[in-house]
Amino acid sequence: MNLTLKIWRQKDAQSSGAMQSYAVEGISEDMSFLEMLDTLNEQLNERGEEPVAFDHDCREGICGSCDLMINGQAHGPEVTTTCQLHMRSFSDGQTITIEPWRAGAFPVVKDLIVDRSAFDRIIQSGGYVSVNTGSAPEANSVPAPRDKAMRAFNVATCIGCGACVAACPNGSASLFLGAKITHLGELPQGQPERMSRVAGMVAQHDAEGFGGCTNIGECASACPKEIPLDVISQLNKDLRDALRAGY
Amino acid sequence: MASTADVSGLTELNGPPEQRSDDAHGYYTPAPEKLVDAKAPTGLIKDRWTTRKMENRLVNPANRRKLDVIIVGTGLAGGSAAATLGEAGYNVKSFCYQDSPRRAHSIAAQGGINAAKNYKEDGDSTYRLFYDTVKGGDYRSRESNVYRLAEVSANIIDQCVAQGVPFARDYAGLLDNRSFGGVQVSRTFYARGQTGQQLLIGAYQAMERQVAAGTVTQYTRHEMLEVIVVDGKARGIIARDLVTGEIETHLADVVVLASGGYGNVFYLSTNAMGSNVTASWRAHRKGAYMANPCYTQIHPTCIPVSGDHQSKLTLMSESLRNDGRIWVPKNKEDCTKDPRDIPEEDRDYYLERIYPSFGNLVPRDIASRQAKNMCDEGRGVGPMVGDFRRGVYLDFADAIARLGEDAVREKYDNLFDMYERITGENPYQVPMRIYPAVHYVMGGLWVDYDLQSNIPGLFVTGEANFSDHGANRLGASALMQGLADGYFVLPNTIRDYLADGPFEQIDESHPAVVEARTSVEERIDKFLSIGGSRSADSFHKELGNIMWEYCGMERSEDGLRKAIDMIRELKAEFWTNLKVLGTADSLNQSLEKAGRVIDFIELGELMCIDALNRRESCGGHFRAESQTEDGEALRHDEEFAYVAAWEFGGEGGLPVLHKEDLIYTAIEMKQRSYK
Repeated sequence: MNLTLKIWRQKDAQSSGAMQSYAVEGISEDMSFLEMLDTLNEQLNERGEEPVAFDHDCREGICGSCDLMINGQAHGPEVTTTCQLHMRSFSDGQTITIEPWRAGAFPVVKDLIVDRSAFDRIIQSGGYVSVNTGSAPEANSVPAPRDKAMRAFNVATCIGCGACVAACPNGSASLFLGAKITHLGELPQGQPERMSRVAGMVAQHDAEGFGGCTNIGECASACPKEIPLDVISQLNKDLRDALRAGY
Repeated sequence: MASTADVSGLTELNGPPEQRSDDAHGYYTPAPEKLVDAKAPTGLIKDRWTTRKMENRLVNPANRRKLDVIIVGTGLAGGSAAATLGEAGYNVKSFCYQDSPRRAHSIAAQGGINAAKNYKEDGDSTYRLFYDTVKGGDYRSRESNVYRLAEVSANIIDQCVAQGVPFARDYAGLLDNRSFGGVQVSRTFYARGQTGQQLLIGAYQAMERQVAAGTVTQYTRHEMLEVIVVDGKARGIIARDLVTGEIETHLADVVVLASGGYGNVFYLSTNAMGSNVTASWRAHRKGAYMANPCYTQIHPTCIPVSGDHQSKLTLMSESLRNDGRIWVPKNKEDCTKDPRDIPEEDRDYYLERIYPSFGNLVPRDIASRQAKNMCDEGRGVGPMVGDFRRGVYLDFADAIARLGEDAVREKYDNLFDMYERITGENPYQVPMRIYPAVHYVMGGLWVDYDLQSNIPGLFVTGEANFSDHGANRLGASALMQGLADGYFVLPNTIRDYLADGPFEQIDESHPAVVEARTSVEERIDKFLSIGGSRSADSFHKELGNIMWEYCGMERSEDGLRKAIDMIRELKAEFWTNLKVLGTADSLNQSLEKAGRVIDFIELGELMCIDALNRRESCGGHFRAESQTEDGEALRHDEEFAYVAAWEFGGEGGLPVLHKEDLIYTAIEMKQRSYK
C-alpha cells in the first residue's frame, strides 16, 4: 500500500506545531499501525530528517502507552489500542491524519507525545487502599461476592491510555475516574476509604483542568477496554454520597 | 516428590561440579578461586529466612528518613519495593523510562501467580512449591533463595487482596485458583488473562500513595545511564531526563536495580519495545557480575512473524494447547496449500507422534524446539521469513467438532479475537499458526542471598537478578518472584546494609561522580557525532538475527564461535557507521535507542561466550553437542551444576568467569523425561 500521512510535528512544549505531509510506500497490510510509523521513521532517518516521536511500549494492547488520534478518532477506526490496529483497516492510496491526544490537561511534549502525568496525580489523591505491606489479613478472611468481584475486574481493566479524555468534547476524565472508583468501590477492601477517595479524586481531576461530564458517551465508545458508561453513574452517586456526608 | 526429601538441609546431596570440557577457551579468563560467599544462612532450609531476618540489624524509624534509596524500574519488583520502603519511612527516589510507573512491562503478564496456600487441600505446601520450582528450573537455581520464595508466596496473595486486586473468586466469594504449567496442584491465583496488569496496578497504587505521602519521589521519563561507585560502594546514578535531555546526578545511600529482563537482545521478543539491559549492563561494566546470561526462556505459542517489518511478538496463552492439536504437513510441497485441503493422512501431529504420553502438552522448551525442528526441515507454514516458513499449525477443528464451536468460543474467545486482529485470519475456520518466541530471561546480575550484587550497596531484584528460576522458568513464577523480592525480601535485607548508614556525605564534585557523569556525556556526544548511514534500529535487527540463529533455542560450538565473530564486527561497525539525528538537549528517541542497542550488542557477545562455555543442554537452552541418543536434552550436573558469574574484563579485555557451585541439600537432582 502507498499512503499519504498528515502528521502533527511540534518540536517541544514551548514551540507551536503544524501538520506535515509524508508519503510512505510499500506498506504491508499485516503491519500494525505503529510498524507503519517505524517504516516512515526509518525512511526519514535515511533522508536526514528527524523521525516522528510517538509513545509506545508493549505493543500488545495492555500498557496503555500508545495514544494517537487517527483521522480524528482516538486510537483510530477500530475499538482497540493503536498498537493493535493493523493496516488492513486502511486502503491503498488513503490519506491518514495523525495527531496527538487532544485535551488541555494533556499538553503536547513533542510531535505526537503528550504528558499524561495528571492521571498519576489523580491516583495519588486517593486511588488506592491504604494497607501497608505486612499488615494484610489472611486473603480468604474477607470474602468478596463473585458478581461484585467480576464487576471490579471488568472495570479494573482500564489501561490509563487517556482515549476517553481525547474523545470527550469536554476533555473530561470521568470514565477513567469512574473505572477506579467502581473497581475499589465494588470490593470490601475499598469500603473504609470510599467517601474520601471519590472526594479527593474528583477534586484533583478538576484541579488538573479536565472538563466536566455531560453524558455524551464518546468516552465509552472510544475506550479500547470497553469500560462501560455506567461507571460514571457510579462515580456521581458516590460523589453525591460523599458530599452529603461532608467530605 | 523426591523419595529422598531431606528437608534438614544439613546433608549435601551432590558434590562440587568439575568442568572437564572448555569450549570457550580463549574467550574468557578463569577466576582463580570459586565464588563461595552467597551469604545464605546455614542450617535447616526451612529456618534460613527466619534466621536471616533475625540476624539482620534494624534501622530506627527516626533514622530512616535520613536514608536515601534509589530504585530503578517500577514493575512488580521496583514498584512494590518503592511502596514498601516508602511506608517504612525511607526517602525513596523511583525512576522509570515510561511516562508513568503503571506502564512497566510486568503489566503484560497474563497467566497467574503461584502461592502455596493449599486452599484446595490437594497436598500443596511450601516444600512442594519449592520442589516444583527447583525441578522446573532444571536444577540451576539456588536452593535457599527458592525456598524463601515459596515461603513468602502466601503473604503476597494476602497483600494483593488487601490492596483490592480483583482476583478470580468462587461462588462463596473466596479466592479461586487453577493448575498451571503441568503442575499437579492448583496453586495459581489469577485475574482472568490479565493477572500481571492487576498485580502491577496494585503495586503502582501503593507506590502512588507514598508519593502523596512524600516518602517516594517519582522520576518518570528518566533513564539511568550510569552507576556511581564511591570507595567500592554504589552511591547513586546518572540519569537522563528523556524530555529535556538534561543529565542529572542522583546520590543516595543505596541503589536498587529493578529494571527487568533483557530478552530484547533478540530484537523480536514478547518484551515491551522499551525493555532494555542498559541499567544492568552499565552496572556490569562498573564491576557487577552478570550471571548465567545465556539462559533464555522461549515460549512455544506466539503469533509468528509476518515479515521484515515485524517489531515485536505477541504471546498466545499456553492454555490453548489443552485443546489445540499441533501439526505440520508431512510433505514440503503441501506447505503453501490451504491447510483445510490437506488430508488427515498427510498431516504430521509431531508432538503426539514423538511424545505419546504428553502429546501437545509437553513442556515449553520441548514444544518450542520441536516446532523449530519442523520448520528447519522445511515443513513450516505461513509466510516465508528469510529462508524458512516459520510457523506450525495449532488446530482446533477436532475440538470444535467434539465440543461445538460455542464451547470453544466460551473458553478461548478473547484469544481467538486477538489472533484474528493481528493475523487477519479466523481461527474458528482456519488453523492458527504459532511459533516460539523469546519471552523471559533467567540470567541477570549476580546477587547474594540478600539480593545484593558484588558491589556493596547495589541491590538487584526481580527479572534483573538471576537467582530464582534456574535454566527454565515455570509458568506463574515470574510474578511471584517480582513481588516476593519487592514486598518481602528486599525490605528485610536492605535494612542490614542501611544500618551502617547514613554513609559519608558526597557531592557532585566528587571525582567518582564527575567521572560517571563525564562518561555519560561523552557517550552521548559520540552517538551524535558518528554521522554514519545506519539507524540504531537496523543494528538491533541484525543483532537479533544473529542471536536467534546461533544463541536461540539450539546452540552449537561452531555456531556460537561464528556468532561471536559476527557480533564483534557489528560492534565495530556500530561505532563507525551509526546515524543519530537530532540533538542531546531534547526528547530524542533515536538517541535513547542507540544507547540501548550498543549495550545489547555487548551483552549479546557475553551471552554467546556463556553459551559456548556451557556444553550441556539445560532448560530452554539446547546444546547440539549434548543430547541423548533419541535427540533429547542432556544435562551434565557433575560438570555444570554451577552459576556462571561473569566479571567485566575491561574495554577490549576478556570477561572473567567466576563459578558458584550449586549444592543441593533438600532435593536430589534428576533428569527430566517426557516420553
